Amino acid sequence: MTSLSPALGVGGAILALVLAITVAAPWIAPYPTTEQHMLDRLQPPGARFLLGTDQYGRDLLSRTLFGARPALGLGLGAVALGLALGVPLGLTAGYVGGRFDDLIMRVVDAMLAFPSLLLALLIITALGASTGHALLAIGVANGPGVARIVRSATLALREAEFVLAARVRGERHLYVMFGEIFPNVMAPVIVEATLRVGFAILAGASLSFLGLGVQPPAADWGLMIREARQYVFLSPWPLLAPGTALALTIVAFNLFGDGLRDRLGAT
Amino acid sequence: MTPPPPLLDIRALTVHFDTKDGPLRVLRDVSLQLAVGETFGLAGESGSGKTTLGYTILQALGPTARIESGAILFEGRDLVAVGEEELRRIRGRRIAMVYQDPRSALNPTMRVGAQIAEVLEIHERTPAAAAMRRAQELLELVNIADPTSVARRYPHELSGGMQQRAVIAMALAGGPSLLILDEPTTGLDVTTQARILDLVGDLKRRVGAAILYISHDLAVIAQVADRVGVLYAGELVEVAPTADLFARPVHPYTRGLLDALPHLDGVHGLAPIRGRIPRLTALPPGCVFAPRCDFAAPECTAATPALEEVAPGRRARCIRWPTVIATPRGSTAEVIERGTIARETVARETLGPDAALLSFEHVTKHFGGAGAMARRLGVGAPPVRAVDDVSFDVAADEIFALVGESGCGKTTLGRLAVRLLRPTAGHIVFSAPRPTDAQIVFQHPDSSLNPMKRIGPSLARPLVLRGLRRPERGRRVRELLEAVRLDPDYRGRRPAELSGGEKQRVAIARALAMAPRFVVLDEPVSALDVSTQASIIRLLADLRRTRGASYLLISHDLSLVRHVAARVGVMYLGRLVEIGAVDEVFRAPSHPYTHALLSAVPRPDPGGRGQPIRLEGTVPSAQHPPPGCRFHTRCPQKIGRICEEIEPPWERASATHRIACHIPIAELSRGAEERRT
Repeated sequence: MTSLSPALGVGGAILALVLAITVAAPWIAPYPTTEQHMLDRLQPPGARFLLGTDQYGRDLLSRTLFGARPALGLGLGAVALGLALGVPLGLTAGYVGGRFDDLIMRVVDAMLAFPSLLLALLIITALGASTGHALLAIGVANGPGVARIVRSATLALREAEFVLAARVRGERHLYVMFGEIFPNVMAPVIVEATLRVGFAILAGASLSFLGLGVQPPAADWGLMIREARQYVFLSPWPLLAPGTALALTIVAFNLFGDGLRDRLGAT
Repeated sequence: MTPPPPLLDIRALTVHFDTKDGPLRVLRDVSLQLAVGETFGLAGESGSGKTTLGYTILQALGPTARIESGAILFEGRDLVAVGEEELRRIRGRRIAMVYQDPRSALNPTMRVGAQIAEVLEIHERTPAAAAMRRAQELLELVNIADPTSVARRYPHELSGGMQQRAVIAMALAGGPSLLILDEPTTGLDVTTQARILDLVGDLKRRVGAAILYISHDLAVIAQVADRVGVLYAGELVEVAPTADLFARPVHPYTRGLLDALPHLDGVHGLAPIRGRIPRLTALPPGCVFAPRCDFAAPECTAATPALEEVAPGRRARCIRWPTVIATPRGSTAEVIERGTIARETVARETLGPDAALLSFEHVTKHFGGAGAMARRLGVGAPPVRAVDDVSFDVAADEIFALVGESGCGKTTLGRLAVRLLRPTAGHIVFSAPRPTDAQIVFQHPDSSLNPMKRIGPSLARPLVLRGLRRPERGRRVRELLEAVRLDPDYRGRRPAELSGGEKQRVAIARALAMAPRFVVLDEPVSALDVSTQASIIRLLADLRRTRGASYLLISHDLSLVRHVAARVGVMYLGRLVEIGAVDEVFRAPSHPYTHALLSAVPRPDPGGRGQPIRLEGTVPSAQHPPPGCRFHTRCPQKIGRICEEIEPPWERASATHRIACHIPIAELSRGAEERRT
């Protein structure tokens, strides 16, 4: 039990790094994110600009470091929202069962059948493009998947003897669901949530790339890739820096999630 | 004349598992011999290493297991030393093994006949047509009445008993000279078990294979084995011919086990062994049983005793054996004290109906089934009639037991009693002030406690519901733990750190925390070891006496019921067929089903019983119960058309004893006169 699986170790290490960067960005970034160096546009990595500069001469390292903030904020926030929606829904559906379960699950199925990015796009077109709305959209799109996981775990516990015992001693249904069942579905929920953060970050970056998420001139990986796209033949660095950061972060979440799954024995 | 060499000769076998804490020696210095055609019963509680021994013989242990020392000579070859190629030829052909769960041994996607034929085709290279013919012969050999039709069926279409027969037939396909049966009847109903045990007896004569019968149930072993070996914490502590072992057990552990078994007479047994089975990680020095032994002396802890010969053909691992055999059984102060407590605490008084605490009035519970509209149109499945028109009362401060085999509806009745289910029809009247005055203790220790909660909070929660404040709760939790004989330190433990018996104690404490007037005990000890079982039953009886409450004991174990219940109801396929005071139900006259049930109960005394009654066929589906008397399809005393068409009336055998049967009471008495209980 003391040995760490490679997935958990590597994933955890990268995540710790990303988290540290998110917190420490203002202190470690060499330049402000929006400071333009008009004479040093599209520079390759060098002594002054460790990762080079973009088309406005902004320091790529600083922008990539700061870009971790919206990515992580959006990823974690959207998944938190997805959990806030999905966990009570799944618990209730699994616990109540019968017609109620059928109804909830058909709605969930319909939402799952709908491509989640398309769903997010629809929400944003209705509400307008902003970071907050992107978070809301991705969060809502995550709800059904979480609900399904929680519901199937709940279903397996609904007839467990300790749950029946709680009902016999007259516990309220809310207590049975959150006090008895929920602690036992935590393991699969944590695994699922970790894996989903990676996807949520990707979805957030995609929305920013389409111009529907984080708005310029903020530093955001998706937005940076969007802006770098036109200059890719002049300098690949404005694309590579945020792209690599994005890929590494997502891989780290997936590795960590898989590692957790093996560790917790959740399915 | 030298005796023929044994078929199987296990010599000083020691096996360990590699764990992160170092080697765990699960079998130590085990030596035993099986003669050709002999049935050897290997008895032991959980963790004794009995299943590991079965796997070791087959050389089918996992990758972490090591045979440290010893030899397993089978037909002259040492199985520990032979190569993988040779082992493959021996396994399945010369030695075959049957496991507890027949469902996992059968391939659900293959017809039964084809599965057996496949064994022949692979092992014996029998041509397909001949193999199929042989498969049917094998099914016939295991007493399957209609082998042609059974061979064509899939495993899920067979009952548990039939599945186990099919697995045994498959094991016999290679013509083995040694058959290892590992708990083959555990999980089967008592009437089904009785027929499988008959089969094991028949096989001895028909096939001539030696049988190693592994079981936790001494009563079962008493019925099938020629000789018995008792395993305790990885050591063989006693080996003896079956009759001798049960008549005069030599090792104190064997004695303890026999004294712990509930006896169908309701008087003997149920004396628990004190303490618990030691963990293999922390074995006591010297004799492993010494800390729990009534005969232990200081010299017992000095060295591990040898398995020495105490009489011709009898060996025991106990240095105090001369003292043990000189002491009459049940005469040591400890056993007397434990035994009498168990008996005295039992409520025997039968109260009048005016004292009813809980009344079932024509209660019916149906599950599922198509809606009313669909049924009117004649489509859709009928509901499962789990409980049909059942009426009985449980008096205040009495122990009422419900007995019957799986699917009879007894668990459904228990859940109705605590409002986990609502009746489809009829009424349940509970005359206690609060609905939560009815509590329940479930069967499975592993599932009855929330694995994520420590014991303290689990026990404190009911007290929160009762409105108790924090300091008072802490005191009560300690009190509850003491009441179920657990150390107050258990508050901080997690369920995973507790043994099965300890978890069940916590579950009992949790039910008691509600200060109930009525407790449903749904198979409260059936998942526990014999020695633990006795102490839990004794605890329950004690608690009932000191705290006062009614118990509804749901059990398939008739011996246990005889010990603790004041009155008994017998259920078959959703119906109550007999009800009365415990001594009345266990004596004639009785319902033919009760009669068969009693006859099927294995007893820990080999031989010495009349002609047993065996029920043919299987329990019909509760979706399509037979009309008339539901038992008529299997009843050995069926009298004719009336049984098939008319529901039997309740006949009064005494003021407290009723039987639902068409046969007049007088004849029911006569039919069962010779029966001893």
